[in-house]
Amino acid sequence: MFSPEGQKKAEHILSRYPIKMNALLPILHLAQRENKGYLTPEWLEHVAEVCEVPATHVEGVATFYTMFKFRPLGKYHLQICTNIACGLCGGEKILEHVEQRLDLHAGHTREDGQFSIEEVECLGACGYGPVMIVNEEYHERLTVEATDKIIDELEKNTKELPEKILPLDRPLTA
Amino acid sequence: MLEETLVLFKNVRQPGYSGDLASYQSSGGYSALKKALKMKPEEIVNTVKESNLRGRGGAGFPTGLKWSFMAKGTGKPSYLVINADEGEPGTFKDREIMLKEPHMFLEGYMIGCYAIGCHHGYIYVRGEFVPAMQRLQEAIDECYQSGLLGDKIAGSDFKLDITLHPGAGAYICGEETALLDSLEGRRGQPRTKPPFPAVAGFNGCPTSVNNVETLMNVPSIINDGAEAFKELGPPNNAGTHLVSLSGHVNNPGVYELKMGVNLKDIIYDIGGGILGGKELKGVIPGGSSTPVLRPDEIDIPYDFDSLAKAKSMMGSSAIIVFNEDTDVVKFLYRIVKFYNHESCGQCTPCREGTNWSRLMLRQFVQQQGTPQQLKRLYRVGGNMMGTTLCPLGDACAMPLRAFLEKYPEEFQAHFAEAS
Repeated sequence: MFSPEGQKKAEHILSRYPIKMNALLPILHLAQRENKGYLTPEWLEHVAEVCEVPATHVEGVATFYTMFKFRPLGKYHLQICTNIACGLCGGEKILEHVEQRLDLHAGHTREDGQFSIEEVECLGACGYGPVMIVNEEYHERLTVEATDKIIDELEKNTKELPEKILPLDRPLTA
Repeated sequence: MLEETLVLFKNVRQPGYSGDLASYQSSGGYSALKKALKMKPEEIVNTVKESNLRGRGGAGFPTGLKWSFMAKGTGKPSYLVINADEGEPGTFKDREIMLKEPHMFLEGYMIGCYAIGCHHGYIYVRGEFVPAMQRLQEAIDECYQSGLLGDKIAGSDFKLDITLHPGAGAYICGEETALLDSLEGRRGQPRTKPPFPAVAGFNGCPTSVNNVETLMNVPSIINDGAEAFKELGPPNNAGTHLVSLSGHVNNPGVYELKMGVNLKDIIYDIGGGILGGKELKGVIPGGSSTPVLRPDEIDIPYDFDSLAKAKSMMGSSAIIVFNEDTDVVKFLYRIVKFYNHESCGQCTPCREGTNWSRLMLRQFVQQQGTPQQLKRLYRVGGNMMGTTLCPLGDACAMPLRAFLEKYPEEFQAHFAEAS
């Protein structure tokens, strides 16, 4: 199921671990990327073959972690932190504002497939709150106005987002 | 006026410092690695032991001692695994290190690997830190290109590979045995101890798990010696540490400070005082799991032992400040909700306790609290303390009980009017 390029990346990842099962998390990340951001039962089975573990094990692992998704997300995945430090600095206000503006509740994806909102726990940037991650890019010290500006750009599709690449996908130079 | 003491961030604070290999080397970087490779591994372990370096991940366990526990002569490979699964709310120093000074950390890591005989190191980075992972991977690539990693590191006969391992969003994987399970390709659930990782860790091999910042201290210990390191702090609390300051202060951020400086000075001198000129209501001194301090309790030295004396913890050196406008009940509810969300579900006291605490606190938030409920909440907290495999249960119970003890009036204000 991996594309030829994906297969190459998978082999590189596997070569970095003593046991194939150890590579399960990075391989799941890779599979999720190949399948436009979410995992399906077929992909879980494929990952199980690649890592030489039972498919039930892969399902058990994949459902344990919050970053593995089992349904398509919007083109823009907005993760907004309302945890302790961001909460003190107004994270909830940002979340409410985004929900209202996009007419979408946290935990859902808009029908046109453009946006998903997720209320998340600490993103590890507590001094720079409130924090929102758009796909994989951090936006810090947000105000309602700054958030609006980001969403304006996203709606007009003029925002440049960094390419989605996990470091392990990239072959090492050595 | 309290100021920073720059050892770890001596380069980062230079204007225009890029943090790439060339800039790190031109400031004397990787000289400690070259010096270390000429020493015997045991000598390095002993130097780190003498320096009194204590882990910066939260527990404050002496690093040299941890290394010396590694099982020897087992015929199995040894591993040094890095815990970069930074997730304790309030803590954001490791991300800062990976983004701004990845090479000083890598140098310390390489020295550590040489000291305990590890030939393949894994850095477990939390999955959300994609920009930090990219930065760190670039630094690792630079090391491979220049021969600092690979079959013969820095011209020696020592072989070392380093692989970055992405996590996938689970706070519990910051607990070292959960991290090892996750690294092996399992659900991240803490193990029963013993055996400790030093005997049976990654894939059943002897393993030491260290925090990013801990290892960043190693190059200066090797270069300047254990004594110089010890002088940077009170006895048994050696060195500088990176303090994450967040919440209602004027200048939040990561600051490098000597151990043992006054906590109040950190908030008012370094942090620039309380946001908007408001009154201080409380301080969480070491990340969300540590017991809160009231404003009259913060005139104390900021180090492991002094915080323990004040019945709190320094944890991962993360100070969260909140002002008079904060609704303490709602604030605690948010803390408990976090631990409830992150409980792995393995131990009953934690799985049930975090959930019931959250539900009871929600009643208080909705102005439906009762005196009986308050007592019950306190008791549930007590039932979580020390009854679980890992400290996540404690991490929920400690702030819970501390807030109930120190701000009773706030909870009483949330009683239902009828009672």
